[in-house]
Amino acid sequence: MQGEQYLNPKRIPTIWCPGCGNGIVVHAMMTALDKLSVPSEDVIFVSGIGCSSRTATYAACDNIHTLHGRALPVATAIKLVRPDKKVIVMSGDGDSLAIGGNHLIHAARRNIDLTLIIFNNSIYGMTGGQVSPLTPSGKRGTTAPYGSIEEQFDTVKLLEGAGASYIARSGVSFFQPTVKYMKNAVSHNGFAVVEVITQCPIYYGRMNKHKSPAEMMQWQKENMVSLEKAEKMTEEERSSKILMGEFVCKEKPSYIEKRASMFKELCK
Amino acid sequence: MKKNKIKIHKLRCKSCGICVSFCPKKVLAQDESQRLYVLDPSECIGCNICSQVCPDFAIEVIQENEEN
Ligand SMILES: Cc1ncc(C[n+]2csc(CCOP(=O)(O)OP(=O)(O)O)c2C)c(N)n1
Ligand code: SF4
Ligand code: SF4
Ligand code: SF4
Repeated sequence: MQGEQYLNPKRIPTIWCPGCGNGIVVHAMMTALDKLSVPSEDVIFVSGIGCSSRTATYAACDNIHTLHGRALPVATAIKLVRPDKKVIVMSGDGDSLAIGGNHLIHAARRNIDLTLIIFNNSIYGMTGGQVSPLTPSGKRGTTAPYGSIEEQFDTVKLLEGAGASYIARSGVSFFQPTVKYMKNAVSHNGFAVVEVITQCPIYYGRMNKHKSPAEMMQWQKENMVSLEKAEKMTEEERSSKILMGEFVCKEKPSYIEKRASMFKELCK
Repeated sequence: MKKNKIKIHKLRCKSCGICVSFCPKKVLAQDESQRLYVLDPSECIGCNICSQVCPDFAIEVIQENEEN
């Protein structure tokens, strides 16, 4: 398998349920690192808590499994002392947008040089299927048995408003585009985020009447469209689809660059 | 002649059936106990989709040139 060298074979198979999409996100990241030829000793994986956050512990790279919602502040600290390393945060939708939401907007505002991968399974997997800030309106979770009456966050708009300089969205059924966005995110200067829609067949799938993990992935094929395709659609056709692609990619001085130039100035 | 070798890591496979559903050539199948097996290797076009949709790093397709 491409990228196998970034996986710790002693920890595979993972604890994830059969058909859980998390492993596909990990496979895409390891493939992206392989394509970029990043040595594994130059990568540090940081995670919070959640099913998806187990990722850090499967990597054959330096890694740290922190507290729920706190992966970004820990990653920020690591990047400040080791700006030469690629610091990659692997986080769930609850981890990054609920309990960690405040850290998220400030990481974006600072444009700190981190890569954040959001595993969007629309639910809290680890704790039993509670709704998250990314549960679509009307969908069920154990805390919303009749359907969620809340509106979900739009990760792209939220992060763009907060100042992130690279934002992409993909899904686990689209492996090649996911690898491409991850490559671009890891190479980006500044705060780079890739939201990957993935399936939790055990909670989200069961509660929302999805038949199988494969059916959940086929659903993505039918319901996600690229920005290029969406341009040719009518407003009405577009409104029922989830858009994917690179939404924001801009050059903007990153926190690490600004700090370096300030140090240089002060040492004159 | 080109031949593709489909390698299933039995200790990793969780029998989720995703690769079976996504293989465009119906090369893969599951038995009564959901265990994955290769139905017809000669149909495989080496597209690698099975490996890309597998959540458990459990299947890979090695494209080989058959000797002689
Ligand atoms: C401070 C704190 N609050 C709550 C929890 C309980 N908890 C563990 S994981 C989790 C949510 C997991 O959801 P998500 O981040 O979306 O990840 P997933 O399991 O879906 O991959 C919660 C609430 C905790 N571990 N620590
Ligand atoms: S509970 Fe859901 S998210 Fe967690 S491992 Fe199982 S399928 Fe994946
Ligand atoms: S490589 Fe393609 S055709 Fe061959 S088994 Fe995998 S999905 Fe099927
Ligand atoms: S997708 Fe992977 S884990 Fe699922 S049945 Fe196929 S080889 Fe096994």
